[in-house]
Amino acid sequence: MTVQVRIPTILRSYTGGAAEVTAAEGTLREVIAGLDATYPGLGGRIIDDGGNLRRFVNVYVGDEDVRFAQGLDTRVPPGERVSVIPAVAGGAPGATANAGPDGVIGR
Amino acid sequence: MVPTPARGQGDRWERWGRKSSPVTTVTTRTHPATSGFGHATGLSCRECGKVYELGPHYACEECFGPLEVRYDYPRLSRADIEAGPPNMWRYAPLLPVPADIAERPTTEPGYTRLIRADNLAHALGMRRLWIKDDRGNPTHSFKDRVVAVALAAATEMGFKVLACPSTGNLANAVAAAAARAGIRSVVLVPADLELGKIITTSVYGGTFVTVDGTYDDVNRLASELAGEHPDWAFVNVNVRPYYAEGSKTLAFEIAEQLGWRLPEQVVVPIASGAQLVKVDKGFGELTSLGLVPQTPWRVFGAQASGCSPVSAAFAAGHDVVRPVRPSTIAKSLAIGNPADGPYVLDVVRRTGGSIADVSDDEVVDSIRLLAGCEGIFGETAGGVTLGVLRKLLKEGQLDPEAETVIINSGDGLKTLDAVIAAVDVPAPIRPTLEAFQEAMS
Repeated sequence: MTVQVRIPTILRSYTGGAAEVTAAEGTLREVIAGLDATYPGLGGRIIDDGGNLRRFVNVYVGDEDVRFAQGLDTRVPPGERVSVIPAVAGGAPGATANAGPDGVIGR
Repeated sequence: MVPTPARGQGDRWERWGRKSSPVTTVTTRTHPATSGFGHATGLSCRECGKVYELGPHYACEECFGPLEVRYDYPRLSRADIEAGPPNMWRYAPLLPVPADIAERPTTEPGYTRLIRADNLAHALGMRRLWIKDDRGNPTHSFKDRVVAVALAAATEMGFKVLACPSTGNLANAVAAAAARAGIRSVVLVPADLELGKIITTSVYGGTFVTVDGTYDDVNRLASELAGEHPDWAFVNVNVRPYYAEGSKTLAFEIAEQLGWRLPEQVVVPIASGAQLVKVDKGFGELTSLGLVPQTPWRVFGAQASGCSPVSAAFAAGHDVVRPVRPSTIAKSLAIGNPADGPYVLDVVRRTGGSIADVSDDEVVDSIRLLAGCEGIFGETAGGVTLGVLRKLLKEGQLDPEAETVIINSGDGLKTLDAVIAAVDVPAPIRPTLEAFQEAMS
Protein backbone atom coordinates (compact mmCIF):
# COMPACT_ATOMS: atom_id res chain seq x y z
CA MET A 1 0.00 0.00 0.00
CA THR A 2 1.23 3.46 -0.80
CA VAL A 3 0.84 7.07 0.26
CA GLN A 4 1.00 10.26 -1.79
CA VAL A 5 3.66 12.85 -1.06
CA ARG A 6 3.42 16.47 -2.25
CA ILE A 7 6.84 17.82 -3.16
CA PRO A 8 7.53 21.56 -2.86
CA THR A 9 8.95 23.37 -5.86
CA ILE A 10 12.28 23.74 -4.13
CA LEU A 11 12.76 19.94 -3.99
CA ARG A 12 11.37 18.96 -7.38
CA SER A 13 14.84 18.74 -8.86
CA TYR A 14 15.09 15.46 -6.92
CA THR A 15 11.86 14.06 -8.34
CA GLY A 16 12.43 14.94 -11.98
CA GLY A 17 10.04 17.83 -11.63
CA ALA A 18 7.19 15.75 -10.22
CA ALA A 19 4.93 17.66 -7.83
CA GLU A 20 3.52 14.49 -6.30
CA VAL A 21 5.12 11.08 -5.85
CA THR A 22 4.20 7.83 -4.12
CA ALA A 23 5.95 6.08 -1.27
CA ALA A 24 5.35 3.03 0.91
CA GLU A 25 3.13 3.50 3.96
CA GLY A 26 4.54 3.47 7.49
CA THR A 27 5.62 6.08 9.95
CA LEU A 28 6.58 9.44 8.52
CA ARG A 29 10.21 8.55 9.15
CA GLU A 30 9.76 5.37 7.10
CA VAL A 31 7.94 7.22 4.34
CA ILE A 32 10.80 9.72 4.05
CA ALA A 33 13.35 6.91 4.11
CA GLY A 34 11.45 5.26 1.28
CA LEU A 35 11.47 8.49 -0.67
CA ASP A 36 15.20 8.85 -0.15
CA ALA A 37 15.76 5.36 -1.51
CA THR A 38 13.86 6.26 -4.68
CA TYR A 39 15.11 9.84 -4.94
CA PRO A 40 18.60 9.87 -3.38
CA GLY A 41 19.32 13.00 -1.34
CA LEU A 42 15.71 14.02 -0.85
CA GLY A 43 15.51 12.70 2.71
CA GLY A 44 18.46 14.79 3.81
CA ARG A 45 16.66 17.95 2.76
CA ILE A 46 13.77 17.18 5.07
CA ILE A 47 15.60 15.58 8.01
CA ASP A 48 18.79 17.01 9.49
CA ASP A 49 21.96 15.20 10.49
CA GLY A 50 20.55 14.64 13.96
CA GLY A 51 17.59 12.73 12.57
CA ASN A 52 15.08 15.50 13.30
CA LEU A 53 12.79 17.45 11.01
CA ARG A 54 14.64 20.48 9.71
CA ARG A 55 13.78 23.70 11.50
CA PHE A 56 12.25 25.39 8.47
CA VAL A 57 10.23 22.51 7.06
CA ASN A 58 6.59 21.91 7.86
CA VAL A 59 5.22 18.43 7.18
CA TYR A 60 1.54 17.58 7.20
CA VAL A 61 -0.07 14.15 7.24
CA GLY A 62 -3.48 14.89 5.79
CA ASP A 63 -4.38 18.20 7.42
CA GLU A 64 -2.37 17.57 10.57
CA ASP A 65 0.90 19.36 11.20
CA VAL A 66 3.06 16.49 12.45
CA ARG A 67 4.51 18.75 15.13
CA PHE A 68 1.07 18.54 16.74
CA ALA A 69 1.08 14.77 16.29
CA GLN A 70 3.96 12.36 16.85
CA GLY A 71 6.51 14.11 14.65
CA LEU A 72 8.49 11.68 12.54
CA ASP A 73 6.75 8.82 14.34
CA THR A 74 3.37 9.95 13.04
CA ARG A 75 1.62 7.10 11.27
CA VAL A 76 0.84 7.64 7.58
CA PRO A 77 -1.99 5.24 6.66
CA PRO A 78 -2.47 3.87 3.14
CA GLY A 79 -3.91 6.41 0.71
CA GLU A 80 -3.09 9.36 2.97
CA ARG A 81 -1.34 12.43 1.61
CA VAL A 82 1.86 13.89 3.04
CA SER A 83 2.69 17.53 2.26
CA VAL A 84 6.17 18.96 2.64
CA ILE A 85 6.12 22.76 2.78
CA PRO A 86 8.88 25.29 3.42
CA ALA A 87 8.19 27.29 6.58
CA VAL A 88 8.90 30.61 5.01
CA ALA A 89 10.35 33.29 7.21
CA GLY A 90 11.35 36.86 6.74
CA GLY A 91 14.77 38.28 7.24
CA ALA A 92 16.74 38.81 10.34
CA PRO A 93 19.60 40.94 11.53
CA GLY A 94 22.89 40.41 9.84
CA ALA A 95 22.80 42.53 6.70
CA THR A 96 24.72 45.09 8.65
CA ALA A 97 26.21 45.60 12.04
CA ASN A 98 23.87 45.36 15.01
CA ALA A 99 24.22 47.08 18.31
CA GLY A 100 23.56 45.12 21.46
CA PRO A 101 22.38 46.48 24.80
CA ASP A 102 25.86 47.75 25.50
CA GLY A 103 25.95 49.58 22.19
CA VAL A 104 28.66 47.32 20.84
CA ILE A 105 28.47 46.88 17.11
CA GLY A 106 28.82 43.39 15.80
CA ARG A 107 27.57 40.08 16.85
CA MET B 1 14.03 26.77 -7.18
CA VAL B 2 10.97 28.72 -8.18
CA PRO B 3 10.88 29.07 -11.95
CA THR B 4 11.03 32.58 -13.31
CA PRO B 5 7.56 33.40 -14.52
CA ALA B 6 6.78 34.43 -18.04
CA ARG B 7 6.58 38.15 -18.57
CA GLY B 8 3.48 39.81 -19.84
CA GLN B 9 2.97 43.22 -21.28
CA GLY B 10 0.68 46.11 -20.74
CA ASP B 11 0.18 46.44 -17.00
CA ARG B 12 0.38 49.88 -15.52
CA TRP B 13 3.81 49.32 -14.04
CA GLU B 14 5.27 48.43 -17.42
CA ARG B 15 4.97 52.04 -18.43
CA TRP B 16 7.33 53.08 -15.68
CA GLY B 17 10.33 51.60 -17.44
CA ARG B 18 10.81 48.28 -15.68
CA LYS B 19 14.14 46.73 -16.53
CA SER B 20 14.17 43.63 -18.69
CA SER B 21 16.46 41.52 -16.52
CA PRO B 22 15.18 40.16 -13.22
CA VAL B 23 18.69 39.77 -11.86
CA THR B 24 20.86 42.85 -11.73
CA THR B 25 23.29 43.72 -9.00
CA VAL B 26 24.82 46.92 -7.77
CA THR B 27 28.41 46.49 -6.78
CA THR B 28 29.71 49.84 -5.64
CA ARG B 29 28.74 52.18 -2.86
CA THR B 30 29.31 55.40 -4.75
CA HIS B 31 27.25 54.80 -7.87
CA PRO B 32 23.53 55.43 -7.96
CA ALA B 33 21.22 52.45 -7.93
CA THR B 34 20.73 51.14 -11.46
CA SER B 35 18.70 48.00 -10.94
CA GLY B 36 15.07 47.40 -10.22
CA PHE B 37 16.22 46.22 -6.82
CA GLY B 38 18.08 49.41 -5.99
CA HIS B 39 21.19 48.83 -3.92
CA ALA B 40 20.28 45.24 -3.06
CA THR B 41 22.94 42.87 -4.31
CA GLY B 42 21.65 39.41 -3.55
CA LEU B 43 19.97 37.06 -1.14
CA SER B 44 21.62 34.94 1.50
CA CYS B 45 20.38 32.12 3.67
CA ARG B 46 19.96 33.17 7.26
CA GLU B 47 20.75 29.64 8.42
CA CYS B 48 23.58 28.30 6.26
CA GLY B 49 24.80 31.44 4.48
CA LYS B 50 24.33 30.18 0.92
CA VAL B 51 24.15 33.16 -1.44
CA TYR B 52 21.63 33.57 -4.26
CA GLU B 53 21.19 36.09 -7.02
CA LEU B 54 18.28 38.46 -6.64
CA GLY B 55 15.23 36.69 -7.99
CA PRO B 56 12.12 34.76 -7.02
CA HIS B 57 13.80 32.72 -4.28
CA TYR B 58 12.36 32.61 -0.80
CA ALA B 59 13.78 29.55 0.90
CA CYS B 60 17.27 28.08 0.80
CA GLU B 61 17.64 25.15 -1.55
CA GLU B 62 20.07 23.54 0.88
CA CYS B 63 18.33 23.82 4.22
CA PHE B 64 14.97 25.58 3.67
CA GLY B 65 16.27 28.50 5.73
CA PRO B 66 14.81 31.96 5.12
CA LEU B 67 16.58 34.28 2.71
CA GLU B 68 17.73 37.76 3.60
CA VAL B 69 18.25 40.71 1.22
CA ARG B 70 21.88 41.90 1.13
CA TYR B 71 22.93 45.38 0.08
CA ASP B 72 25.88 47.37 -1.00
CA TYR B 73 24.74 50.32 1.03
CA PRO B 74 25.01 53.73 -0.63
CA ARG B 75 26.46 56.81 0.97
CA LEU B 76 23.43 58.51 2.39
CA SER B 77 22.94 61.63 4.47
CA ARG B 78 20.05 62.80 6.61
CA ALA B 79 19.56 65.64 4.11
CA ASP B 80 19.22 63.14 1.24
CA ILE B 81 16.43 61.39 3.10
CA GLU B 82 14.74 64.59 4.26
CA ALA B 83 14.61 65.79 0.64
CA GLY B 84 12.62 62.70 -0.32
CA PRO B 85 8.85 62.32 -0.61
CA PRO B 86 6.66 62.39 2.52
CA ASN B 87 6.20 58.63 2.51
CA MET B 88 8.31 55.49 2.91
CA TRP B 89 10.01 56.02 -0.43
CA ARG B 90 12.22 58.63 1.22
CA TYR B 91 14.16 55.54 2.40
CA ALA B 92 14.19 53.88 -1.04
CA PRO B 93 18.03 53.62 -1.09
CA LEU B 94 17.75 51.23 1.88
CA LEU B 95 15.09 49.04 0.27
CA PRO B 96 15.15 46.52 -2.62
CA VAL B 97 13.22 48.88 -4.90
CA PRO B 98 14.06 50.85 -8.04
CA ALA B 99 15.33 54.42 -7.73
CA ASP B 100 12.21 55.81 -9.40
CA ILE B 101 9.80 53.99 -7.09
CA ALA B 102 8.23 57.22 -5.88
CA GLU B 103 7.07 57.97 -9.43
CA ARG B 104 5.30 54.64 -9.88
CA PRO B 105 1.67 53.93 -9.01
CA THR B 106 1.85 52.69 -5.44
CA THR B 107 -0.32 53.47 -2.44
CA GLU B 108 2.56 55.61 -1.08
CA PRO B 109 2.52 54.28 2.46
CA GLY B 110 4.48 55.43 5.44
CA TYR B 111 5.64 58.53 7.23
CA THR B 112 2.81 58.01 9.66
CA ARG B 113 2.63 60.03 12.84
CA LEU B 114 4.86 59.46 15.83
CA ILE B 115 2.67 60.73 18.63
CA ARG B 116 4.02 61.92 21.97
CA ALA B 117 1.67 60.21 24.43
CA ASP B 118 2.02 62.34 27.54
CA ASN B 119 -1.38 61.42 28.97
CA LEU B 120 -0.71 57.73 28.63
CA ALA B 121 2.82 58.12 29.95
CA HIS B 122 1.47 59.91 33.00
CA ALA B 123 -1.14 57.19 33.56
CA LEU B 124 1.56 54.54 33.41
CA GLY B 125 4.19 56.42 35.39
CA MET B 126 6.56 56.72 32.46
CA ARG B 127 8.87 59.61 31.66
CA ARG B 128 8.47 59.66 27.86
CA LEU B 129 6.28 57.47 25.67
CA TRP B 130 5.63 57.67 21.94
CA ILE B 131 3.14 55.84 19.76
CA LYS B 132 4.06 55.05 16.18
CA ASP B 133 0.56 55.19 14.75
CA ASP B 134 0.32 53.15 11.58
CA ARG B 135 -3.40 53.71 11.27
CA GLY B 136 -2.28 56.53 9.01
CA ASN B 137 -1.35 54.22 6.15
CA PRO B 138 -3.56 54.03 3.04
CA THR B 139 -5.43 50.91 4.18
CA HIS B 140 -4.95 51.73 7.85
CA SER B 141 -2.28 49.25 8.88
CA PHE B 142 1.47 48.74 8.59
CA LYS B 143 0.88 46.12 5.91
CA ASP B 144 0.85 48.79 3.22
CA ARG B 145 4.58 49.19 3.83
CA VAL B 146 5.53 45.58 3.21
CA VAL B 147 3.13 45.16 0.31
CA ALA B 148 4.56 48.21 -1.45
CA VAL B 149 8.03 46.65 -1.44
CA ALA B 150 6.65 43.26 -2.44
CA LEU B 151 4.79 44.84 -5.36
CA ALA B 152 7.97 46.48 -6.62
CA ALA B 153 9.90 43.20 -6.39
CA ALA B 154 7.09 41.15 -7.90
CA THR B 155 6.87 43.50 -10.85
CA GLU B 156 10.62 43.45 -11.34
CA MET B 157 10.54 39.66 -11.40
CA GLY B 158 7.66 39.51 -13.85
CA PHE B 159 4.93 38.13 -11.63
CA LYS B 160 1.48 38.95 -12.98
CA VAL B 161 -0.73 38.52 -9.92
CA LEU B 162 -0.36 39.91 -6.40
CA ALA B 163 -1.61 37.39 -3.84
CA CYS B 164 -1.54 36.59 -0.15
CA PRO B 165 -2.87 34.54 2.71
CA SER B 166 -3.97 37.02 5.34
CA THR B 167 -5.45 37.68 8.74
CA GLY B 168 -7.15 40.70 7.18
CA ASN B 169 -4.88 43.72 7.18
CA LEU B 170 -2.63 42.21 4.54
CA ALA B 171 -5.66 41.37 2.42
CA ASN B 172 -6.68 45.04 2.49
CA ALA B 173 -3.20 46.17 1.54
CA VAL B 174 -2.72 43.67 -1.29
CA ALA B 175 -6.12 44.32 -2.82
CA ALA B 176 -5.58 48.09 -2.72
CA ALA B 177 -2.00 48.01 -4.00
CA ALA B 178 -2.94 45.72 -6.88
CA ALA B 179 -5.87 47.95 -7.82
CA ARG B 180 -3.62 50.99 -7.84
CA ALA B 181 -0.98 49.19 -9.92
CA GLY B 182 -3.57 47.86 -12.34
CA ILE B 183 -2.87 44.19 -11.76
CA ARG B 184 -4.98 41.29 -10.49
CA SER B 185 -5.09 40.35 -6.82
CA VAL B 186 -5.94 37.04 -5.18
CA VAL B 187 -6.36 37.03 -1.40
CA LEU B 188 -7.20 34.18 0.95
CA VAL B 189 -8.42 34.72 4.50
CA PRO B 190 -9.84 32.58 7.32
CA ALA B 191 -13.63 32.57 7.08
CA ASP B 192 -14.08 33.74 10.70
CA LEU B 193 -12.36 37.06 10.05
CA GLU B 194 -13.85 40.28 11.38
CA LEU B 195 -16.56 41.63 9.05
CA GLY B 196 -14.76 44.97 8.81
CA LYS B 197 -11.71 43.36 7.28
CA ILE B 198 -13.80 41.37 4.82
CA ILE B 199 -15.59 44.48 3.57
CA THR B 200 -12.39 46.51 3.42
CA THR B 201 -10.84 43.89 1.17
CA SER B 202 -13.69 43.09 -1.18
CA VAL B 203 -14.34 46.75 -1.95
CA TYR B 204 -11.14 46.89 -4.00
CA GLY B 205 -12.23 44.11 -6.33
CA GLY B 206 -9.89 41.29 -7.23
CA THR B 207 -10.36 37.66 -6.30
CA PHE B 208 -11.29 37.13 -2.65
CA VAL B 209 -11.45 33.67 -1.08
CA THR B 210 -12.58 32.82 2.45
CA VAL B 211 -11.25 29.52 3.79
CA ASP B 212 -12.67 27.30 6.51
CA GLY B 213 -9.68 27.08 8.81
CA THR B 214 -7.16 29.07 10.82
CA TYR B 215 -4.61 31.46 9.38
CA ASP B 216 -2.06 28.66 9.51
CA ASP B 217 -4.34 26.53 7.34
CA VAL B 218 -4.70 29.41 4.90
CA ASN B 219 -0.96 29.97 4.91
CA ARG B 220 -0.34 26.35 4.09
CA LEU B 221 -2.81 26.52 1.19
CA ALA B 222 -1.03 29.62 -0.10
CA SER B 223 2.34 27.90 0.07
CA GLU B 224 0.96 25.05 -2.01
CA LEU B 225 -0.69 27.44 -4.47
CA ALA B 226 2.57 29.33 -4.87
CA GLY B 227 4.11 26.12 -6.18
CA GLU B 228 1.30 25.66 -8.68
CA HIS B 229 1.06 29.23 -10.00
CA PRO B 230 4.55 30.41 -10.89
CA ASP B 231 3.33 33.83 -12.04
CA TRP B 232 1.52 34.59 -8.76
CA ALA B 233 3.46 36.60 -6.22
CA PHE B 234 2.28 35.59 -2.76
CA VAL B 235 3.73 38.62 -1.08
CA ASN B 236 4.46 36.96 2.26
CA VAL B 237 5.43 33.60 0.81
CA ASN B 238 7.41 33.55 -2.42
CA VAL B 239 8.31 37.26 -2.37
CA ARG B 240 8.86 37.29 1.36
CA PRO B 241 12.53 38.33 1.50
CA TYR B 242 11.63 41.59 -0.24
CA TYR B 243 8.25 42.06 1.43
CA ALA B 244 9.66 41.82 4.94
CA GLU B 245 12.17 44.59 4.24
CA GLY B 246 9.30 47.09 4.15
CA SER B 247 8.96 46.90 7.93
CA LYS B 248 12.39 48.50 8.32
CA THR B 249 10.74 51.78 7.41
CA LEU B 250 8.99 51.77 10.79
CA ALA B 251 12.41 51.96 12.42
CA PHE B 252 13.67 54.57 9.96
CA GLU B 253 10.68 56.82 10.58
CA ILE B 254 10.80 56.46 14.35
CA ALA B 255 14.45 57.52 14.34
CA GLU B 256 13.95 60.41 11.94
CA GLN B 257 10.85 61.65 13.77
CA LEU B 258 12.73 61.55 17.07
CA GLY B 259 15.26 63.91 15.51
CA TRP B 260 17.65 61.29 14.16
CA ARG B 261 18.19 59.22 17.25
CA LEU B 262 17.00 55.85 18.49
CA PRO B 263 14.53 55.21 21.31
CA GLU B 264 15.88 53.34 24.31
CA GLN B 265 13.02 50.84 24.25
CA VAL B 266 10.57 49.74 21.59
CA VAL B 267 7.59 47.41 22.01
CA VAL B 268 6.50 45.56 18.88
CA PRO B 269 3.60 43.15 18.34
CA ILE B 270 4.51 39.64 17.21
CA ALA B 271 2.54 37.75 14.57
CA SER B 272 5.04 36.07 12.25
CA GLY B 273 7.71 38.06 14.09
CA ALA B 274 9.08 39.66 10.93
CA GLN B 275 8.12 43.19 11.95
CA LEU B 276 10.05 42.99 15.21
CA VAL B 277 13.09 41.54 13.52
CA LYS B 278 13.04 44.20 10.82
CA VAL B 279 12.61 47.08 13.25
CA ASP B 280 15.79 45.87 14.89
CA LYS B 281 17.48 45.55 11.51
CA GLY B 282 16.42 49.08 10.62
CA PHE B 283 17.92 50.52 13.80
CA GLY B 284 21.10 48.60 13.04
CA GLU B 285 21.32 49.96 9.51
CA LEU B 286 20.84 53.57 10.62
CA THR B 287 23.54 53.11 13.22
CA SER B 288 26.06 51.52 10.92
CA LEU B 289 25.42 54.13 8.22
CA GLY B 290 26.11 56.89 10.74
CA LEU B 291 22.63 58.39 10.39
CA VAL B 292 21.98 58.16 14.13
CA PRO B 293 24.31 58.21 17.12
CA GLN B 294 25.37 54.78 18.29
CA THR B 295 23.14 54.24 21.29
CA PRO B 296 21.73 51.00 22.67
CA TRP B 297 18.14 49.95 22.15
CA ARG B 298 16.05 47.22 23.72
CA VAL B 299 13.37 45.37 21.76
CA PHE B 300 10.30 43.96 23.51
CA GLY B 301 7.75 41.63 21.93
CA ALA B 302 4.01 41.45 22.51
CA GLN B 303 1.62 38.54 21.99
CA ALA B 304 -1.92 37.66 22.98
CA SER B 305 -2.11 34.83 25.51
CA GLY B 306 -4.37 32.91 23.16
CA CYS B 307 -1.56 32.75 20.63
CA SER B 308 1.73 33.14 22.44
CA PRO B 309 4.21 30.58 21.15
CA VAL B 310 7.10 33.05 21.06
CA SER B 311 6.34 34.39 24.52
CA ALA B 312 6.19 30.82 25.82
CA ALA B 313 9.52 29.94 24.19
CA PHE B 314 11.10 33.08 25.65
CA ALA B 315 9.84 32.26 29.13
CA ALA B 316 11.07 28.68 28.85
CA GLY B 317 14.51 29.73 27.62
CA HIS B 318 14.06 27.89 24.33
CA ASP B 319 15.56 29.04 21.04
CA VAL B 320 12.91 27.36 18.90
CA VAL B 321 9.17 27.91 18.92
CA ARG B 322 6.61 25.17 19.35
CA PRO B 323 3.52 25.88 17.22
CA VAL B 324 0.15 26.42 18.91
CA ARG B 325 -3.45 26.58 17.76
CA PRO B 326 -4.55 30.22 18.12
CA SER B 327 -7.60 31.34 20.06
CA THR B 328 -7.67 35.09 20.61
CA ILE B 329 -9.60 38.19 19.59
CA ALA B 330 -6.32 39.59 18.26
CA LYS B 331 -6.75 37.86 14.92
CA SER B 332 -4.11 39.92 13.17
CA LEU B 333 -1.57 38.35 15.54
CA ALA B 334 -3.08 34.84 15.46
CA ILE B 335 -0.23 33.00 13.78
CA GLY B 336 0.34 29.78 15.66
CA ASN B 337 3.48 28.84 13.77
CA PRO B 338 5.38 32.12 13.50
CA ALA B 339 8.07 31.77 10.87
CA ASP B 340 10.38 34.38 12.38
CA GLY B 341 9.94 33.17 15.94
CA PRO B 342 13.52 31.96 16.42
CA TYR B 343 14.88 35.27 15.15
CA VAL B 344 12.58 37.23 17.43
CA LEU B 345 14.06 35.31 20.35
CA ASP B 346 17.56 36.15 19.10
CA VAL B 347 16.81 39.87 18.78
CA VAL B 348 15.05 40.23 22.10
CA ARG B 349 17.76 38.37 24.00
CA ARG B 350 20.58 40.18 22.21
CA THR B 351 19.16 43.61 22.98
CA GLY B 352 18.22 42.86 26.58
CA GLY B 353 14.48 43.04 25.95
CA SER B 354 11.68 40.71 26.91
CA ILE B 355 8.48 39.12 25.56
CA ALA B 356 5.15 38.82 27.32
CA ASP B 357 1.53 38.04 26.53
CA VAL B 358 -1.81 39.38 27.74
CA SER B 359 -5.36 38.03 27.92
CA ASP B 360 -8.14 39.14 25.61
CA ASP B 361 -9.72 41.11 28.48
CA GLU B 362 -6.43 42.95 28.97
CA VAL B 363 -6.32 43.63 25.22
CA VAL B 364 -9.76 45.27 25.28
CA ASP B 365 -8.88 47.23 28.42
CA SER B 366 -5.75 48.56 26.75
CA ILE B 367 -7.63 49.50 23.57
CA ARG B 368 -9.91 51.61 25.74
CA LEU B 369 -7.01 53.08 27.72
CA LEU B 370 -5.24 54.16 24.52
CA ALA B 371 -8.43 55.65 23.14
CA GLY B 372 -9.30 57.40 26.37
CA CYS B 373 -5.82 58.81 27.02
CA GLU B 374 -4.69 59.77 23.55
CA GLY B 375 -7.67 59.69 21.20
CA ILE B 376 -6.17 56.78 19.30
CA PHE B 377 -8.47 53.87 18.47
CA GLY B 378 -6.07 51.04 17.83
CA GLU B 379 -6.95 47.59 16.63
CA THR B 380 -6.55 44.51 18.78
CA ALA B 381 -2.84 44.26 17.95
CA GLY B 382 -2.41 47.76 19.39
CA GLY B 383 -4.23 46.60 22.51
CA VAL B 384 -1.86 43.65 22.77
CA THR B 385 1.16 45.91 22.49
CA LEU B 386 -0.03 48.41 25.09
CA GLY B 387 -1.18 45.56 27.34
CA VAL B 388 2.28 44.03 27.24
CA LEU B 389 3.89 47.42 27.88
CA ARG B 390 1.77 47.71 31.03
CA LYS B 391 2.56 44.17 32.11
CA LEU B 392 6.31 44.55 31.62
CA LEU B 393 6.29 47.86 33.48
CA LYS B 394 4.54 46.18 36.39
CA GLU B 395 7.04 43.34 36.35
CA GLY B 396 9.92 45.80 36.31
CA GLN B 397 11.25 44.50 33.01
CA LEU B 398 10.64 47.78 31.17
CA ASP B 399 12.30 50.91 32.49
CA PRO B 400 9.71 53.68 33.06
CA GLU B 401 12.48 56.29 32.88
CA ALA B 402 13.70 55.17 29.45
CA GLU B 403 12.27 56.75 26.32
CA THR B 404 9.90 54.20 24.83
CA VAL B 405 8.07 53.75 21.53
CA ILE B 406 5.17 51.36 21.05
CA ILE B 407 3.78 50.45 17.64
CA ASN B 408 0.07 50.69 16.94
CA SER B 409 -0.01 48.66 13.75
CA GLY B 410 -3.66 49.04 12.77
CA ASP B 411 -7.03 50.71 13.11
CA GLY B 412 -9.69 49.86 15.69
CA LEU B 413 -12.40 50.50 13.13
CA LYS B 414 -11.48 47.16 11.56
CA THR B 415 -11.96 45.21 14.78
CA LEU B 416 -15.15 46.66 16.22
CA ASP B 417 -16.34 43.17 17.16
CA ALA B 418 -13.57 42.94 19.72
CA VAL B 419 -14.70 45.94 21.74
CA ILE B 420 -18.44 46.16 21.11
CA ALA B 421 -19.32 44.40 24.36
CA ALA B 422 -16.98 46.58 26.41
CA VAL B 423 -18.14 50.04 25.40
CA ASP B 424 -21.21 51.86 26.68
CA VAL B 425 -23.95 52.40 24.13
CA PRO B 426 -26.44 54.70 25.89
CA ALA B 427 -30.17 54.31 25.59
CA PRO B 428 -31.84 57.14 23.61
CA ILE B 429 -33.47 60.03 25.43
CA ARG B 430 -36.36 62.34 24.53
CA PRO B 431 -35.14 65.54 22.78
CA THR B 432 -35.79 67.80 25.79
CA LEU B 433 -33.54 69.66 28.23
CA GLU B 434 -35.15 67.81 31.12
CA ALA B 435 -34.39 64.42 29.64
CA PHE B 436 -30.79 65.46 28.98
CA GLN B 437 -30.32 66.72 32.51
CA GLU B 438 -31.85 63.54 33.87
CA ALA B 439 -29.49 61.44 31.76
CA MET B 440 -26.51 63.45 33.00
CA SER B 441 -27.43 63.15 36.66
